[in-house]
Amino acid sequence: MTDPLLSVRDFSVVYDVDPPVAAVKNVMLELQRGEILGLAGESGCGKTTLAYGIQRLLKAPAVITGGSVVFHDADGEDIDVNSLGVEAMRRFRWDKVSMVFQGAMNALNPVATIGSQLEDVFEVHRPGMNRKQRRDAVAELLEIVKVGAQRARSFPHELSGGMRQRVMIAMALALRPQLMVMDEPTTALDVLVQREILRQISQLRREFGFSVIFITHDLPLLLEISDRIAIMREGEIVELQTAEGIWRDPQDEYTKTLLSSFPRLTGEKGVVVR
Amino acid sequence: MSTLEVRHVSKVYNLRGAGQLTALDDVSFTIDSGQTIGLVGQSGSGKSTIAKILTQLETPTTGEVLLDGKPIPRRGAGLRSYRQQLRMVFQDPFASLNPYHSIRYHLERPLRLDKVVPKDETEAEVRRLLERVRLIPDAVIDRRPHELSGGQRQRIAIARALASRPAILVADEPVSMLDVSIRLGVLNLLADLQREEGLGVLYITHDLATARHFSDEIIVLNQGRIVEQGKADDVILRPQDPYTQELRAASPDPERFFASAGPAEGGAR
Repeated sequence: MTDPLLSVRDFSVVYDVDPPVAAVKNVMLELQRGEILGLAGESGCGKTTLAYGIQRLLKAPAVITGGSVVFHDADGEDIDVNSLGVEAMRRFRWDKVSMVFQGAMNALNPVATIGSQLEDVFEVHRPGMNRKQRRDAVAELLEIVKVGAQRARSFPHELSGGMRQRVMIAMALALRPQLMVMDEPTTALDVLVQREILRQISQLRREFGFSVIFITHDLPLLLEISDRIAIMREGEIVELQTAEGIWRDPQDEYTKTLLSSFPRLTGEKGVVVR
Repeated sequence: MSTLEVRHVSKVYNLRGAGQLTALDDVSFTIDSGQTIGLVGQSGSGKSTIAKILTQLETPTTGEVLLDGKPIPRRGAGLRSYRQQLRMVFQDPFASLNPYHSIRYHLERPLRLDKVVPKDETEAEVRRLLERVRLIPDAVIDRRPHELSGGQRQRIAIARALASRPAILVADEPVSMLDVSIRLGVLNLLADLQREEGLGVLYITHDLATARHFSDEIIVLNQGRIVEQGKADDVILRPQDPYTQELRAASPDPERFFASAGPAEGGAR
C-alpha cells in the first residue's frame, strides 16, 4: 500500500552559466507519508540542489528546466508546487514543508533571543495568534525538543551546538509541517550529541507523522536512520531502495564504491591501507 | 628515531569569577617515530588542549612534555627547533591557508625559516613536497588556496607540515571537513607518509571508525582524563570503560545495526 506525500517527476535543474551545468537530471522520486528518505552522494552531486528545487528555493542562475513536483496534502488536495503563485508559495513553505539548513547551528540570529526568533514563525504564518498564544506555542516547542521553555530568553551563543540544533528543529516543527527537509543536520556535532538528535528526530517523526528528506554524505549514519535511501551521482539518482537493501544488496557500481569507502567501526574490512 | 613524551600533564583554566576548569587531568602518553596514536573523545574532552600544549600554544599547569628526553624550551631558538620537530595539520583547510598567497609561498616559507635546503634548491624542494602529497606541481604551484578543492588544500597543509621534516605530526580532525569520498584518500596519504618518513602521528578525532583503522593505539579522553588506552582494535572492539562503550554505541555502525533484527536505539525503525 502506498500513500505518497510528494511525487517528483522528471525533475531537472540547470545552472545557467557558461557552459551550463545540469545539476539535477530527470529525477523521479515518490516520497511516502511518514517516511524518512535518505539522500546521499558526494559534494556537488546535486542533492542539495534537488532538495531546494522541490521547494522552489533556488536562486538564479539555477533554472528548473523541466518536470513536476506534486505535494499530496493531508486534506486530500494535490498541490502542483511549480504552479503556485507568489503568495500561495509563501504560505506553502514552512506550513507544509520546512527545512533544517546545513550549518543550522550558525543559522540563528546572534542578537535576538531564541524565543523571539521562534515567535517570528507564528507572527508571519499565524497572524491570528495573539502574543500570549505565540509565547505558549514557543514554550511548548522548546519543551518538545527538550531544550526547555526557560531557554526562550537565551541568546544563541548561550546554548551549546546541540541545543542550537534542537532550536532549529523546533523552528522547523513549529507549524507541524508534513515534510521536513534536513540538510546535513548533525554534521558538525560530536557522536554523542549526534546520536541524541537522531533519536529525537525519530521520536518526533513517530509522534507527529511527518516525512523527512535527510541529506548527508555520511552513509553509515543514513543507513541507520532511513527507511529508504536514494544515491545521487552527477545529478541523477543511480539507486533508490530500502536502507537494508542498499547495505545488503547494492545494485549500482557507484553505491558499492560509496559503501566501500567507509572505514567500518566493527567490521573486518579495513579500507585504510596500513 | 624520536620519542615525544607527555608526562603527568594537567591544565587548569581560571574562569573569571567562576572558579576553575580542569581541562586536562594528569595525562601521560608517549609517541614514538613510526607510530600513530589516535586520540578520541567528545567535544570538550580536552583533545585540542593536548594539541595546544604539544605545540606550546599553551603551557601545562603541572607536568611536562619531553622530546627525546628533553623538556621543551620556553622561547628562542630552542623553541623554534622544537616546533620544527613537531608540526600540525589543522581541521579546516579553508581557514589554515592564507588566501592572499600562492601555494609556492606557503611551502617556501617553512623551507626558508627552518633553512631546510640551500636557497637555490627551494623551488625544487617545493615541487618535491607537492609530489609527496600526490599533487602535480605545475598544476597547483602558482595557484591560490581558493582555486583548489578542499582535499587539495588539505594536501597542501600536509605538505607544509612536512616541509620542515618534522619527527612528529599532530593532525587535529584532518579529514572531518572533507567530503567522505576523499577522506580516505587523505588518510591513506597520511598513512603512507607516516610509513615512508617514519613519522610519529597524533591523530585527534571523534570518528571512532577511522581512529580504529588509522591508529596503532587509541587513547580515550573524557573530561580531561584518559579513561582507556590500548591497541586500536582492543579499545574499539572490546571497550572496557563505560565512556568508551557509550562512544562506540553512539557511532554509526551498519554492520551491527543490520545484524540485530530488532529495532535499534536511535534508529528509525
